[in-house]
Amino acid sequence: MSTTPPDLETEEPLIQGPYAGVKFGRGDKAFSTVALASGVTILVTLAAVFVFLFIKGLPGFTADPEIFKPSSDSFWGYVGRLLFGTTFAAIIALLIAVPFSFALALFISHYAPRRIATPVAYVIDLLAAVPSVVFGLWGARTLAVSSQPVQRWFDHNLGWLPFFKGPASATGRTILIAGVVLAIMCIPIITAICREVFSQTPRLNEEAALALGATRWEMVRYAVFPHSRSGMVAAVMLGLGRALGETMAVSMVMSSTPIITLNMISSTNSATIASNIAANYKAEDNRIQTVLLATGLVLFLFTFLVNFVARYVAGRGERGQR
Amino acid sequence: MAKSIDVSDVNIYYGDFKAVEGVNMTIKAKAVTAFIGPSGCGKSTFLRTLNRMHEVIPGARVEGKITVSGQDLYDPAVDPVEVRRMVGMVFQRPNPFPTMSIYDNVLAGNKLNAKRMKKAEADEIVEKSLRGANLWNEVKDRLGKPGMGLSGGQQQRLCIARAIAVEPQVLLMDEPCSALDPISTAAIEDLIHELKDRYTIVIVTHNMQQAARVSDDTGFFNLKAAGQPGHLVEFNPTKKMFTNPDSESTEAYISGRFG
Ligand SMILES: Nc1ncnc2c1ncn2[C@@H]1O[C@H](COP(=O)(O)OP(=O)(O)OP(=O)(O)O)[C@@H](O)[C@H]1O
Ligand SMILES: [Mg+2]
Repeated sequence: MSTTPPDLETEEPLIQGPYAGVKFGRGDKAFSTVALASGVTILVTLAAVFVFLFIKGLPGFTADPEIFKPSSDSFWGYVGRLLFGTTFAAIIALLIAVPFSFALALFISHYAPRRIATPVAYVIDLLAAVPSVVFGLWGARTLAVSSQPVQRWFDHNLGWLPFFKGPASATGRTILIAGVVLAIMCIPIITAICREVFSQTPRLNEEAALALGATRWEMVRYAVFPHSRSGMVAAVMLGLGRALGETMAVSMVMSSTPIITLNMISSTNSATIASNIAANYKAEDNRIQTVLLATGLVLFLFTFLVNFVARYVAGRGERGQR
Repeated sequence: MAKSIDVSDVNIYYGDFKAVEGVNMTIKAKAVTAFIGPSGCGKSTFLRTLNRMHEVIPGARVEGKITVSGQDLYDPAVDPVEVRRMVGMVFQRPNPFPTMSIYDNVLAGNKLNAKRMKKAEADEIVEKSLRGANLWNEVKDRLGKPGMGLSGGQQQRLCIARAIAVEPQVLLMDEPCSALDPISTAAIEDLIHELKDRYTIVIVTHNMQQAARVSDDTGFFNLKAAGQPGHLVEFNPTKKMFTNPDSESTEAYISGRFG
């Protein structure tokens, strides 16, 4: 395509790369302008958020160590603990949500007969529209209470694992439950995207597998998953974004302090950055406000980092196979 | 271990739409059988009933009896997955698995049986199948490269290698050369000649010369009218079909006077 003779080009191409040299009509121009404008708007918004957090939060990095006591004695200790809590809750959530969502999406796209798949998909999509406060209330009032026996069971039988060291919280309002609530909030997003990419698998590839005598599951492994890989990663990333940034649901479910503990069922839980902001943003002390903004900045950067790493890993796998 | 196929009174449906009706024929073992006929008359549809691929389309079903060496394909006790392992298929458009290497593509069917293969054994199957598909010399130095990196004709031969790697008893080919240049087509026709010693081959083609060149028997499908189900007009040895067909419409189609 780079060999297009120059006399075909009536104007400077707007786009370089594989389509360079292709003639542009009026529609193309309008569309590329709109696309460019949207892209720029998003970038500008992101940059604005970043600049805001950076300017307002910067003093927080060097705040008076006094205000971090007793949980820690410096900003990095403080934010490190919060970052741990954030990651820990998100990992619990994804460990539950990812397998569940993949299975559910696969059920809808490839296993269930259409008259079951359509209503199931519809209900899952509805779940995505439920506000997080509702999930928070439900988690704190219902799930936490009714899961107490289960959490006690974990304490008694799996207490030798650091995760279930106990003693089991009397209220049941633990990071485990917060993780479950987060998982339920991630599932609709991950499921909806995966369902869509799964069902886009080329029929030709599916039939190639089936004609070789693949069972349905083998067909999924041969045709559906390889085709859907990058879409699945994107889905998990969006779910992770929700888990990392969720405030209300987490702060309503568990009372938390900035500590590092793997114990998922005790009454002292590690706070997440977002829930910590939600719990403290009304503080009188201006210095705390600044520190919260600084932790927000750390969360912002952390989310970016995780996204880049995930995309890199997924992209590398794909390039290796191509 | 090639096998013959008996087809009696087969009707094929897509939901309520009857696509093919009343097919009777006997496909001989270790021979090449060609299906010809105008577009839309149900050749692909019929071919796909021979390995139970028809039923993967929602609402699609088959009536009648198809037996392979006496075993009823549509017996409720028969697992369609087993049928497809026994009856291999090559599609009109080459469809190697896009993320797999040439090597893994060839072995894809063998790995389905989930048994662990020794490296030496796997290498042997790959070489044998690729040689069988006349592709070995072109790809032997880049077995680890993706199958999608091959030309269309090479991809189609890769798909044939994949199909014969599991040593099926019957090989179905739906217009395997329709996207290929004359040289690749010739390579695949030579291949069909060689494979005939070991497999029962059924091929759909729009190319009369091809049917005449490669097949022993030919079936001519036709439509009575648009929207009507397709049916088998005539099934005869290819020689007779192309010199002295029973039906006038066969002669008309073959000599290009319609369709
Ligand atoms: N998936 C499907 N759903 C519904 N109807 C179908 C489907 N596939 C094919 N048909 C119909 O079945 C009839 C036979 O189609 P088929 O593909 O078997 O024809 P063909 O003889 O292979 O034609 P061609 O030579 O063009 O490949 C046609 O009327 C077609 O519209
Ligand atoms: Mg066809």
